[in-house]
Parts: sequence; C-alpha cells; structure tokens
Amino acid sequence: MATKDLLSPLPGTFYRKSSPDASPYKNEGDSVKKGDVIGLIEVMKSFHEVHADTDGTITAFHADNEDAVMAGQPLATLSI
Amino acid sequence: MTRQIKTLFIANRGEIAVRIIRAARELGLKTVQAHSLADADSLAVRLADEAVNIGPPSAAKSYLNVEAVVTAAVASGADAVHPGYGFLAENARFAEAVEAAGLVFVGPTPQQIRMMGDKVSALDAAIRAGVPTVPGSKGRVETPVAAGIVVDRIGFPVMIKASAGGGGRGIRVATSREEFDRLMPQASAEALAAFGDGGLYIEKFIASSRHVEVQVLGDGHDVVHFYERECSLQRRRQKVWEEAPAAMLPADVRAKLCQSAVDLAKAVNYRGVGTIEYLYDDTTRDFYFLEMNTRIQVEHPVTEMITGFDLVREMIRVSMGEKLRMKQSDIAIRGHAIECRINAEDPTKNFMPAPGLIESLVVPGGAGVRFDSLLYQGYTVPPFYDSLLGKLIVWDEDRTAAITRMARALGELKIGGVKTTRGLHRALASDPDVQAARFDTQFLERWLEKHSEGLGE
Repeated sequence: MATKDLLSPLPGTFYRKSSPDASPYKNEGDSVKKGDVIGLIEVMKSFHEVHADTDGTITAFHADNEDAVMAGQPLATLSI
Repeated sequence: MTRQIKTLFIANRGEIAVRIIRAARELGLKTVQAHSLADADSLAVRLADEAVNIGPPSAAKSYLNVEAVVTAAVASGADAVHPGYGFLAENARFAEAVEAAGLVFVGPTPQQIRMMGDKVSALDAAIRAGVPTVPGSKGRVETPVAAGIVVDRIGFPVMIKASAGGGGRGIRVATSREEFDRLMPQASAEALAAFGDGGLYIEKFIASSRHVEVQVLGDGHDVVHFYERECSLQRRRQKVWEEAPAAMLPADVRAKLCQSAVDLAKAVNYRGVGTIEYLYDDTTRDFYFLEMNTRIQVEHPVTEMITGFDLVREMIRVSMGEKLRMKQSDIAIRGHAIECRINAEDPTKNFMPAPGLIESLVVPGGAGVRFDSLLYQGYTVPPFYDSLLGKLIVWDEDRTAAITRMARALGELKIGGVKTTRGLHRALASDPDVQAARFDTQFLERWLEKHSEGLGE
C-alpha cells in the first residue's frame, strides 16, 4: 500500500483542533477526502487551514497540537 | 517619592525591545532582555547587557506568561520592568504582580490600566471628564428593551460592541431594527464565548471618519500632551501608515482635541505615556472619544520627530517618580512626520505572512530618516509573532516634503529574502489621494480592491 506524507505549507505553530476545547479535526486511523481540514497553522498571528491533498487514511501524525513546525515538514502520513 | 532604578527588565520583543534598550542605555541603565526560545538570536538579545530565556516559542507560554516573566525579572536582579506594547503591556494583573514583587512597572498604575481597559468604565471616565463621546448607550445595555430605547434615540446605523472586546473583535453594524433585533443575541453569545462576558453597548455608526489620537504623558499629578497623530490608513483595523500632525485638523479643533485628552488623563491622575484615540468627522469637525491605550504605541516615533522629545526615555523617568521635565508651553509642533510599517507580508498575495531568512539588508539614511527595526542581515524572522519588521519614519518641513522624502527612503530600503509591504507604501506615497490627505479609515480597504497590482517589490 502506498503512503504519502502531508507536508506543512507554512512555518508556524501547528494545531490539530479548532480551539483548545474542541476535539481534533482528525485522528490516526481516520479516512480523509482531498480538501478535508486536518489542522491549522498559525503564522504571525494569522491562521491557515491545512488540507489533505489526496484521499486516504491517516496512519500517523508527526506533529502534536501546538508544535512548532517548519515549511515542508511532514505533519502526517496517509495511506492511499 | 523617587526611586532610582539601575537595571531594566524588558518583557517584550522585536523592534520595541530594541527601542527600549536604546532609551535605557541613554539613561545609564543596565538592560536584561527577556526572550522566548525562538528569539534567542534576536537583535534585542544581541544589544542588551544580559538576556534570559522565559519559555518556549509560543507567546502564551513565554511573553504572555505572567508568572514566568515576573519570576525571571526578579531572578535577574532587575528593579524595573518595561512591558513594551502588546503582550502584557495592558494587563493589570501583570502590573500588580510586578509591583507585588517589589519592582517598578514602567507604565500606569494597575487601577488605571483596569479602568481604561474596560470599554464601559473608560467611556464613563471620558464622559465625567467632559470628553465628547459617540452618541450611544453610555454603558452596558442589560435588556433588549433598554437597547431598543437607545436605538430609537440615536437612529440607525448603529454599532453593537462587546464591553470586554478589543482589536475590532465582536463589533457588528445594524442598519435597521430588524437587523438589530437579529444581531443583538448573536453578539451577546459571541462576546460571552470570546471574552467570558456577554455585556454589550451600542453606539451610533459614523460612516466616514478619520482616526486621530493624542499623545499624553503624566507623572501622576501633571499631564502634558504632545499633539496628535493621524492613523486613518488601516487594513483590517491594523494601522499601516501614520502621520503627525493630522493634516486636515483645523487649529481650533486641534486645541480642543488635545485639551480634552489632557482633561481625561488629569482626571485619573495618569502616570506614564498614554494615547487617547478619537474618531474625527472632517465634514462636521466633531471628534469623539474611542479608547485610551495605557502604553507606548507603535507609532510614537512620528510624535518624537515633530516635538523633539524622547517619549520612551520620559516614560522611564516618570516611572521612577520623577516630575515632568517639560511644561506644555515647551512642546511645539515642528514640520511633519510619517511612519510606514514594514511588515513581513506579501501584498500581492492578500498579505500572506512571510517569515524567513533576511539574506540582505540596506537601511535608508540621510537627513530626517529613522528606521526602528528588529532586522540584521542573516537573521531569521520567526513565524510565531506579529509580522512587523520595522518602521520607516521620516521628518521634513511640511507634509508634501515628508511624502517625497518617504518615497526616497522607501526606494533605498532593500530587504532581501522575505516579502515585505515596502511596495504597498511606495504605491501609497505616489497616490494622489494620499498626497492630498483625502482619506478615512475605510480608504485603504477600498484602495486595495482597485490597486492589487504593482504592490510587489
């Protein structure tokens, strides 16, 4: 089965949920459609959604909620 | 009572931290720069006498962490804390914690911060001091019936604002009774969720207004003003281009405006630098109190350029208990000053933030030019904080000459490696409406819809 890494489009702070009290957008094992929101990147006080770029199933997250991430860093791996 | 301080702890970052270090050094003070893990190689850290790590990159865990900041300040041996702007600068609990630890807070008293931080109590203070305010509820409206009585009196359109709100959040405009009745419950629920307080107040919506603000300085007894600034060029309620003085303000209105700011600051025995913000309607020549900011502001240099005083130095002096060193009659306007905020944003891509490595840097110079920034060549601008890289400030004999000088200085400024808003400012400096000072607070948003091209480097 092929896998694909979902890369951070921007440097900043990664959030897996829309607010501190919300449940995560997606969990490991969830299936996603292309365009689904899997998290947010906060860069310079503005928030940008991170979208799945393909259909698949999330096998692993590589960044935790509130982790600092670099542009191009893998955020999650999808099996496709 | 005066209290000489020896070491100043700087609880902020970026260009304002650099600005504070410079003022402190001129006063003979040692500086200790607080920094997050992401700011260990910042210009402020390099310039300060000492630096101390206060936590991880996330501002919530470093610059906004009251306990971490106060603990670090005490441990550093500092005897005063400068909060800069943003972060904890207008947090009364922080000011209290600093004072409780036996350190001087470079700013107003916690009570003054608290009074001016709440929109309704600030409005009450303004009304008591005789400062004109926008027609409205003059305080919280507790019931739909009370709200209805207010809108019947002032007429539509009206703004519904959150009592505990700020930065333009929680504001709604209603143009009819039907819309008003629909928006009120939404606004209350949103205010409760966002601020933990569902309190609302209502104001007449003034369709076209300019943003003017008066700089004051108090020593706890006396207050002087340093005239006004105009900051009408805003995008998403963030100031972009600021000037001093306000070009379109008639002299008699200027005198009344500045006196009203002094009256308000005196009424609360204000200590420190503060800014009283107003809406100005240049068709009726009416001005209305908006809010008071109890800290140094980003755009303070334009005031320094036209008056010749160093506001950051003076705010440190009054925090030590010194009396004001100048009388009102010592303060005069000379010439005109403009500040352009140079942000790490791409104006060709809807102002997308653009942190990254500063590969090269050419700083403009020459007569009447000042560049307050956090930049040096080889620095990597982190993505965790706001996008302000620096402020290009010019002074000249009059407004026309200042715009010409700003265009010249913008032409010299070269920041390689990241996208910046330099191109936006070059376009604004050559725009006929900007040159004629024909703008209001909505101008820039409308202008950007028509001028999306040609704003790149």
